[in-house]
Amino acid sequence: MAILDSKVPEGPIKDKWTTYKDKINLVNPANKRHIDIIVVGTGLAGGSAAATLAELGYNVKAFAYQDSPRRAHSIAAQGGINAAKNYMGDGDSNYRLFYDTVKGGDYRSREANVYRLAEVSGNIIDQCVAQGVPFARDYGGLLDNRSFGGVLVSRTFYAKGQTGQQLLLGAYSAMNRQIARGKIDMYNRHEMLDVVVVNGSARGIIARNLITGEIERHSAHAVVIATGGYGNVYFLSTNAMGSNATAAWKIHKKGAFFANPCFTQIHPTCIPRTGDYQSKLTLMSESLRNDGRIWVPAKLDDAKALQEGRLKPTQIAEEDRDYYLERRYPAFGNLVPRDVASRAAKERCDAGYGVNATGEAVYLDFSSAIERYGKEQAKIHNIKSPSAAKVYELGKAIVEAKYGNLFQMYEKIVDENPYETPMMIYPATHYTMGGVWVDYNLMTTVPGLYCIGEANFSDHGANRLGASALMQGLADGYFVLPYTIGDYLSNEIRTGKIPTDSPEFDEAEKSVKDRIDFFVNNEGTNSVDYYHKKLGKIMWEKCGMSRNEKGLKEAIAEIKALRDEFWKEVKVPGGADELNPELEKAGRVADFLELGELFAMDALNRNESCGGHFREESVELDGEQKGEAKRNDTEYAYVSAWEFKGEPSDAVLHKEQLEFKDIELKQRSYK
Amino acid sequence: MNLTLKIWRQKDSKAKGQMVEYKVTDISEHMSFLEMMDVLNEGLVAKGEEPVAFDHDCREGICGMCSLQINGEAHGPDRGITTCQLHMRMFNDGDTIVIEPWRAAAFPVIKDLIVDRTAFERIQQAGGYISINTSGNTQDANAIPISKEAADKAMDAATCIGCGACVAACKNASAMLFTSAKVSQFALLPQGRVEATERVMNMVKQMDLEGFGNCTNTGACEIECPKGISLENIARMNREYLAASLAKS
Amino acid sequence: MSGLIKSSIARKVAMALSALFLIIFLLLHFSVNFISIFSEDAFNEASHFMGTNPLVQFLMQPILILGVVFHFVMGFVLEAKNKASRPVKYSKYNGGASASWMSRNMLVSGAVILAFLGLHFYDFWVHEMTVKYVEGDMSGVIPGTEHLRYYEEMHAKFADLWRVIFYCVGFALLSLHLLHGFQSAFQSIGVRKFRNAIVKLGNIYAIVIPLGFIFIALFHFITQ
Ligand SMILES: Cc1cc2nc3c(=O)[nH]c(=O)nc-3n(C[C@H](O)[C@H](O)[C@H](O)COP(=O)(O)OP(=O)(O)OC[C@H]3O[C@@H](n4cnc5c(N)ncnc54)[C@H](O)[C@@H]3O)c2cc1C
Ligand code: HEM
Ligand code: FES
Repeated sequence: MAILDSKVPEGPIKDKWTTYKDKINLVNPANKRHIDIIVVGTGLAGGSAAATLAELGYNVKAFAYQDSPRRAHSIAAQGGINAAKNYMGDGDSNYRLFYDTVKGGDYRSREANVYRLAEVSGNIIDQCVAQGVPFARDYGGLLDNRSFGGVLVSRTFYAKGQTGQQLLLGAYSAMNRQIARGKIDMYNRHEMLDVVVVNGSARGIIARNLITGEIERHSAHAVVIATGGYGNVYFLSTNAMGSNATAAWKIHKKGAFFANPCFTQIHPTCIPRTGDYQSKLTLMSESLRNDGRIWVPAKLDDAKALQEGRLKPTQIAEEDRDYYLERRYPAFGNLVPRDVASRAAKERCDAGYGVNATGEAVYLDFSSAIERYGKEQAKIHNIKSPSAAKVYELGKAIVEAKYGNLFQMYEKIVDENPYETPMMIYPATHYTMGGVWVDYNLMTTVPGLYCIGEANFSDHGANRLGASALMQGLADGYFVLPYTIGDYLSNEIRTGKIPTDSPEFDEAEKSVKDRIDFFVNNEGTNSVDYYHKKLGKIMWEKCGMSRNEKGLKEAIAEIKALRDEFWKEVKVPGGADELNPELEKAGRVADFLELGELFAMDALNRNESCGGHFREESVELDGEQKGEAKRNDTEYAYVSAWEFKGEPSDAVLHKEQLEFKDIELKQRSYK
Repeated sequence: MNLTLKIWRQKDSKAKGQMVEYKVTDISEHMSFLEMMDVLNEGLVAKGEEPVAFDHDCREGICGMCSLQINGEAHGPDRGITTCQLHMRMFNDGDTIVIEPWRAAAFPVIKDLIVDRTAFERIQQAGGYISINTSGNTQDANAIPISKEAADKAMDAATCIGCGACVAACKNASAMLFTSAKVSQFALLPQGRVEATERVMNMVKQMDLEGFGNCTNTGACEIECPKGISLENIARMNREYLAASLAKS
Repeated sequence: MSGLIKSSIARKVAMALSALFLIIFLLLHFSVNFISIFSEDAFNEASHFMGTNPLVQFLMQPILILGVVFHFVMGFVLEAKNKASRPVKYSKYNGGASASWMSRNMLVSGAVILAFLGLHFYDFWVHEMTVKYVEGDMSGVIPGTEHLRYYEEMHAKFADLWRVIFYCVGFALLSLHLLHGFQSAFQSIGVRKFRNAIVKLGNIYAIVIPLGFIFIALFHFITQ
């Protein structure tokens, strides 16, 4: 497919990036100040890119819908960031990180990109430490690492349970320095509503000032989209309330291909939903699975009694509990990857074994861990035949030291003490591996239009490993884009300022204004949330943890119908020229209603099970792996990149064939 | 439960606002405070009225977007949490809840319960960074060992989410806790020492320019801070500032 | 250096230094007064020394007066600035939930102390100044006798019940002022070491010293 050129450089994988950087076209420092770059989004990806581009000398305009770059949803990442530093001396290397990431992604990512990611990962840590990011340290004063997500080495750097926050604040501080120097113009509380393409190249954006409602034109020589993932298409997710797909979807409609929309990650350990009023879901760190055991009752009667509140989990005898992960996956047990753990929980709950009123929760139980640690401690402290109470006390102290803050957070939300009664968890949408298609330069199919961070599809294939999204966002922003964009911009030094009074700007602005006018004037009956929740329900039930042809076809039809109704019946109070949160939501949901359909189409097209995408039609039929996901490398070892043609249903599929020269393809097994 | 809400409504920054009373019914104790606000707003939209505007985003206590002075306390009656983490089980059936925006000269109201916190941005821009080249190659991360104690203390200061509760809770609307958290984080790390003098002078200067009050050391900020940032940071900043002023003179 | 004078932190440091100075002075003052309970003569000797020693009179006294004036003027300045930092008040503000009454009402306690100081100055300082510098009598004795006058004059003041009550109220509020103020002054100048000891010492000081003054006033009232 000539139309999709991944621009991966020639040569052995280890040298590709270095050789490529050596040969890339650069912009002379004196010329950089004549070049403007727009960066939409100031999370880890956008924030680091904006700071670095400004550092290099470009004029940067950065946009965020929150009131500060520091509030981007990267702030919520808890666990950590991977880097192949091998500080622990446990045999880690760039190759191993590369290998783990490709395998973890179930062989649906582009090798060269992932290798580059592993290659620059160490530099990220250097960079962040120099910025004053307070990573955890050991008593010798050196950086500490932990293991994460079931890989064989400890390569995850962390800052308590707030790694994302600290990394984002690092990027934010770098931005602040450039804002103070006048090299970044920061537009807070601004939402990008369209991209402007002139003669085939991205030349600016249309943004709405969310305080005044004013529609603004901003021009630049290149536009970078770093607006995060689209998990909120499910309505309920661990994303922020404002996380949206609008920028990504708008550029898709202007020519950027959208890749692998069906690859979403459903995280197994989130706090379950309690009622219809639920507005978002809270993640409990994956690290809990190191010590918690997951179970549901073995008897349906007990499950019923739990659901009706007649029985307490602690009253269920050991032999009446089903530790289903340990039962099904004896080798990995509770530590199977996210996608596997999530599907297994759903399977039990669908069969009626859920443990809360909604029937959508399983237990994560620390009593065994408390007992185990307690006995261990008793031995260490030389306590002979300790009482059960003493064992509990000693064990609890250890569990508290490890997970105290998470337990506290849980108790604040659920009002139950997880030391005494098992935690309830359930899977929730967490991350989107799919996104805007980009080449090796991180450029989309529209020249001059780049996409970085969670918004692009790049490095995680069909499933993302823990602690690798932060790594990717910062790699893109600090170390990759600032180089690769120079290659494009070296042809722009004679372009001069881009005027904003061109017909292309007129037209883009008009379409944005028309849409806003429609919303505020439509005499509808239902709120925006009404539609968002309905869409979320369709997505969750039919494009969720397991998918089949029938369900996906229904989803496509239902989403289309829902979208039609939305455009007739949606009701948006308030005006266009003021701060209007309902209007903001309306625009975002309108885009989700289109993206959702493409999502379902992509899932329908991919008749294989890989990573987070599980097709019921594609399972192992016999042998030890019976019933487990079955990947199909002969037919589906490609990236599906969709081209917009007027309606989501008209989208045209382009395939980027994936080649694995440095890694042998294997079926994942956790038995 | 059924509740009476008294909420500050203000059309925009220029309009005069007032307290308006609303009723909400059938509120579950498991709801978060903001979900209760969602219920109120759903009801208002259904009636064709403008919903109450309030800031929020992550709804898990980390982005610092949510605010709200609830019954006279920043982030409401619970401790160690943000408004989005406050749950309705803290209230009783029949309660009247007073909901107001953060109040400070430096935080003008934009609309209803939303205030403009860009004063915080400008304080950070005045010096809340370490001047290193983000595109370049720096030395290896383990080249400078940092004692665990210093690193942990720096981390504690760095957990500030910039929500503004300290200003809202302070009787003087002082931003000392916010400013000192960043000054402290960098003062505790060798990387940050290089620019320590300039940093503290410039950040305090900007803080004063924004019109925040002085610190009376009442400690309200520390108590209402969702992240429990310690007053120790204010003392450290005072120290840093004194040393810096003497060094400069 | 100019930053040191104009900035909010500098103002607070100055406030704390003046307050610490007052705290030390108050301790001295208390020691002298306390003598009056044991020995009339010793009190008279001490008072006469203080009242006539040029170092005390022409160096320490002006510094003290300046210190007091600076402290309360700055107190009002800070309060005015603080009030201006929140032009629109909360309709409901539950300050008590997160901060002590003392810390939130330093100006209230300060104002009562100021009123008390007014009376105190009128009673003793104005009187002393009149005797010593207007009438020119530097002898310190009761006219016509060899006896020093200080004890008797002081003792006589406490004959009025209203004055005793006012004294007690004044010192009660000083106690509240210091219960917050003592440790706050250390925080303001950035001293965080020995925090617990400072808080404890402050509490002791803030209770013992004012209580001592109250005791002295009551003693003289009862022994009339
Ligand atoms: C709860 C949680 C925990 C996680 N934990 C981890 C972890 O431990 N390790 C790990 O590696 N990954 C983790 N992740 C994933 C990781 O945090 C994210 O993938 C990553 O931070 C995304 O960064 P980003 O810069 O691409 O986007 P974001 O940080 O989401 O930033 C998006 C930016 O775009 C702006 N924006 C969006 N739309 C518009 C618009 N239309 N106009 C203008 N601006 C717009 C926003 O204002 C924001 O600034 C976690 C994710 C979640 C949700
Ligand atoms: C003359 C009348 C007085 C007035 C009007 C007054 C007023 C004030 C005020 C308003 C403050 C708080 C300033 C702030 O932090 O915003 C304050 C602080 C203080 N005052 Fe007074 N005061 C008076 C007398 C005294 C006396 C006699 C003492 C001690 C003997 C004293 C000791 C203190 C101390 C220790 C502080 C704390 C300083 C700090 O926080 O840094 N004050 N005073
Ligand atoms: S909404 Fe993010 S902290 Fe409350």
